[in-house]
Amino acid sequence: MPKSSKPIIVAKDVVKTFGKIEAVRGISFEVKPGEIFAFLGPNGAGKSTTISMLTTMLRPTSGKLVLNGHDVTHEQDSARKSFGIVFQDPALEEELTAYENMQIHAVLYSVDKAEQAERIENLMRLVDLWDRRKSYVKTYSGGMRRRLEIARGLLHHPKVLFLDEPTLGLDTQTRNLLWDYVKKLSDNEGMTIFFTTHYLDEAEAVAGRIAIIDHGKIIATGTTKQLTKQTSTRTLEQAYLQLTGKEVRDETSLSNDGLNVRNALRNSRLK
Amino acid sequence: MDVIYILWLRQMKRYVRSRSRMLGAIGQPILFLLALGYGIGAVYKKAGEGNYLEFLVPGIIIQTILFSGVFWGIQILFDKRFGFLKEMLVAPVSRLRVLLGNALGGATISLVQGLFVFVISVGLGFRPHEWALLPVALLIVVALSLALTSFGAGIASMVEDFQGFQGINNFLIFPLFFLSSALYPLTSAPTVLRVLSSANPLSYAVDGLRYTLIGQTHFGLLKDAIVIVVTLVVSVYFAVNRFNRIQA
Repeated sequence: MPKSSKPIIVAKDVVKTFGKIEAVRGISFEVKPGEIFAFLGPNGAGKSTTISMLTTMLRPTSGKLVLNGHDVTHEQDSARKSFGIVFQDPALEEELTAYENMQIHAVLYSVDKAEQAERIENLMRLVDLWDRRKSYVKTYSGGMRRRLEIARGLLHHPKVLFLDEPTLGLDTQTRNLLWDYVKKLSDNEGMTIFFTTHYLDEAEAVAGRIAIIDHGKIIATGTTKQLTKQTSTRTLEQAYLQLTGKEVRDETSLSNDGLNVRNALRNSRLK
Repeated sequence: MDVIYILWLRQMKRYVRSRSRMLGAIGQPILFLLALGYGIGAVYKKAGEGNYLEFLVPGIIIQTILFSGVFWGIQILFDKRFGFLKEMLVAPVSRLRVLLGNALGGATISLVQGLFVFVISVGLGFRPHEWALLPVALLIVVALSLALTSFGAGIASMVEDFQGFQGINNFLIFPLFFLSSALYPLTSAPTVLRVLSSANPLSYAVDGLRYTLIGQTHFGLLKDAIVIVVTLVVSVYFAVNRFNRIQA
């Protein structure tokens, strides 16, 4: 991608507060078309809250988010058509078959009917699930579900694919396989990939650029090389630890998504 | 294919494929019909009130719709827990259409369950007194199914966990059922019970169905119709309002 191309994701001074808790405290960044961009940070840093805002599940308290030229808050439906998402927790209908899950998605996103069957087949072949298309999702393993969700997220030709901690709880083989698909997508279709993770090796191996986020703020952005140079360290891990400190974080994340936020709020009030 | 249709279809597929759920939901009303219909029937007859099974059938049809309607409306809670709700909410379609697809699916299932109970009742010897009134009976049942699934969907939008769901069952559904005219005639009931039942919209649905099926009424069909329509409108409004608020 030429350097002059307009950014496909723009975040400007984005703030999200839940009551008194400031989950995201004024973050700004840009992602160019075709980039693989990683949000790296400890638990509770604001990664998922940011993804929830980018994907219209949460409304920012203030600031501006633009996706594929559409204001995420004001042009919700156009923004929604521009991205595919793989949530942190599976969002599949387990009592239907994999193929039926794909069909529902196609209708929800008004995928052209003539193209639908072929598109579903191609994507399910891409993630090696075509032979299991007639199986109920409840019989799928965690890795298979994740792959199905990736295929589903791509069904409507999104410009951007969001992956929220996509490899959480998966074994090494499945993780590698999953990142192979993602890199293939980026290489072949020039798709923009935005993912969150707290695994340093993943961010380093997969992402072109990395934003390190902590306490609701982006503390550094750049390639692994730039980040190590900036901190005068040798590895990404050293750079990361120097930037974020060594203390262990509170394990409870503030919000995985819009639906859990109310729980978080209620719990915080109870305390 | 439209969004409402595909979400309706999803509910139907889930229902048809889950035979245990299907049988379980019909087993309970049959038990009520047999145990109460024949157990209490003899005493009821001795008291000079007539055929209890006949009196009971409309009440049990409404009971079936009550339990099944609220249960399928509450599926939204399961979708919240198991994630599929996010898939529906993040899609570029309006909340209203998502809600309608789900609610219509639940209402259809409740309707089918109610029809099953009716057919079984006919098998047990129940005969509607006026076959020409059956379309009116159907209308009542359709309206109530939709009202109750919407009600369930609205509740599910507000509740976060399954403990809440249990509470709803014990403190809302059972009282609604027992404090209606489903099981006993209001005319001979104690005043407190009569007042409570008269404040319960379900009593009017039972009454309307009883009028169309066996020609007995306590409130009169006009009053029944008005209450049912108002209940439907309020429930749908409640569901839309609550469902729209799910997102923070």
